[in-house]
Amino acid sequence: MSTAPRREVLEKLTPVLTKRWLSPEAWRLDVYEQLDGYAALRKALAAHPDDLIQLIKDSGLRGRGGAGFPTGLKWGFIPQNDGKPHYLVVNADEGEPGTCKDLPLMTHDPHSLIEGVIIASYAIRANRAYIYIRGEAVNAARRLRNAVDEAYKAGYLGTNILGSGLDLDVVVHSGAGAYICGEETALLDSLEGFRGQPRLRPPFPATHGLYASPTVVNNVGTIASVPYIVLGGAAWWKTMGTEKSAGPMIYSLSGRINNPGQYECGLGVTLRELIELAGGMQPGHNLKFWTPGGSSTPLLTAEHMDVPLDFESVAAAGSILGTTATQLFSDQDCPVYATYKWLEFYHHESCGKCTPCREGNFWMVRVYRRILSGEGTFEDLDTLLDTCDNILGRSFCGLGDGATSPVTSSLQYFKQDYLDYIEGRTPPKLSAKQLVGAH
Amino acid sequence: MTVQYSDDLRAKAKEIVARYPADRSRSALLPLLHLVQAEEGHVSPAGVEFCAEVLGITKAQVGAVATFYTMYKRRPTADWLVSVCTNTMCNVLGGQEVYDRLTEHLGVGHEETTADGSITLEHAECLAACDYGPVMTVNYEFFDKVDADGAVGLVEKLRGGERPMPSRGARLCTLKEMAVQLAGFADDRPEGVADGVAGEPTLRGVRLAQEHGISVPGFDPETPIKAQEAK
Repeated sequence: MSTAPRREVLEKLTPVLTKRWLSPEAWRLDVYEQLDGYAALRKALAAHPDDLIQLIKDSGLRGRGGAGFPTGLKWGFIPQNDGKPHYLVVNADEGEPGTCKDLPLMTHDPHSLIEGVIIASYAIRANRAYIYIRGEAVNAARRLRNAVDEAYKAGYLGTNILGSGLDLDVVVHSGAGAYICGEETALLDSLEGFRGQPRLRPPFPATHGLYASPTVVNNVGTIASVPYIVLGGAAWWKTMGTEKSAGPMIYSLSGRINNPGQYECGLGVTLRELIELAGGMQPGHNLKFWTPGGSSTPLLTAEHMDVPLDFESVAAAGSILGTTATQLFSDQDCPVYATYKWLEFYHHESCGKCTPCREGNFWMVRVYRRILSGEGTFEDLDTLLDTCDNILGRSFCGLGDGATSPVTSSLQYFKQDYLDYIEGRTPPKLSAKQLVGAH
Repeated sequence: MTVQYSDDLRAKAKEIVARYPADRSRSALLPLLHLVQAEEGHVSPAGVEFCAEVLGITKAQVGAVATFYTMYKRRPTADWLVSVCTNTMCNVLGGQEVYDRLTEHLGVGHEETTADGSITLEHAECLAACDYGPVMTVNYEFFDKVDADGAVGLVEKLRGGERPMPSRGARLCTLKEMAVQLAGFADDRPEGVADGVAGEPTLRGVRLAQEHGISVPGFDPETPIKAQEAK
């Protein structure tokens, strides 16, 4: 039975980016304009671009795509008066397992992203912006393209925007099904018409990004936050969240709770509070393990329910805040099988550029199949940890690192579950027929 | 092989290339591949040749890109691409049973097309709708909280010529029609953009806040933007 949250927990909710979702037609320009739409743009265009960068720095806004890099600092890295074109690229390639916050935002409030794009482009002096949206996200892309068309017709995009002298073109660019393109340099390669494979850094996109020009790559949630900061100010923004992790964040809750969904709270809310907001655990399910921010963030357990879900506290607990994709699993779910399915994912999505990630994930999948088929050995557990050691930090991008997260964390907390397969206490979950040359 | 593509397609290709800086036309490759897929339902050797010709790059360069991305299909596909999420969350909530039942019912495996040519099946990785899990999509439009029986019923409707309405998003169009949209062209159905309302999980948090009168205090849109000292 779903339980009602207490008042003090309800007050953790901070409806900011999600607020317009309640208006079913907020994706239309006229409705958006009635709901404060493009007011921030007018205000921003009256300010100096450097003052906007400073405003974002003062707000403490950090990237919402997983890494949490300070947004104002990133914008400030763009060299000015360098004679080169500057680009803004929005990373809308949402695909981290568990994450489902950007697609609803673009579907139900696409103009807020476009308004943020215009303000950010003005601040970094870019005249072209690209929104790289995940290919499969067809509904969000449809609304976004429609919104871009509306914005052009209304003079919010194109030349001399609202008489300010700013020229900006925005292209919505659909991907074609590759998780790796959520990695910013792979995204840039993909946007340039190549296979999406990460680049060696340095040089960083701030100086050598799209077409080797200064580029800011920001997540959807980051850019969509900008209009609210421009309107409400940095001090107001910092009334939400914690000192070092300021502002609201959309927590995506899925799994064994009564009411899965999107819950926007100030950074630093705890899982215990989120579960209460989500009506409690489903009957017969006790929390066993969960991801704080997608499958690339090490699993946490019921011991960690009171960890504040902000960048610092989750790191201190041995995981990563990531995309705040909170997937909850219960005592009826098997952490070994869950990790296996994630490994299948990393194996499929590894772009193949770096040997440790390409080969390591390939073999780890096979070791998992063997364990889950009841054919595992004690040595397999060492092999898994050894493989992780050889992947972590040894690839160009974070995909390989992310793949090791569920492996090492599940072995840390749930070694017994592995042993139960190996020693025959848990019946095999996969058939031995699926075993291929793992030995 | 002679590439015979219509003037309309060539006009569309030109439009795609024009979206990118003049000396950066290769950026048009992904949308161009979607465009050729819209013609044939997959990226054929002729499609690869067309992209190479439009961009002035080699077929090998195009082929290397086309084979990298999951959404470009290398074999002919049906009008209906049925994708079942089998990533961890949907999987434990029942997605694996949905996929297994569909393979059994349709008699095809991953990326295979039924004998009657009506349906191509695939298992998919996380589709970014975990709060609606387990999910499946038809031509990338969502059907939420599916179970095995429901999934079989859905594919039977598709085979019977019906177009069941997705849980969210627009009414169905064929995979080729969808590929035109993926190439960056507007959905030409007036109802396409308007279709679909936010599902309950999407709105859960914000609705809870609304019901209990919770908002973030102190928001003043007139808050001045601090001007720095003149440098």
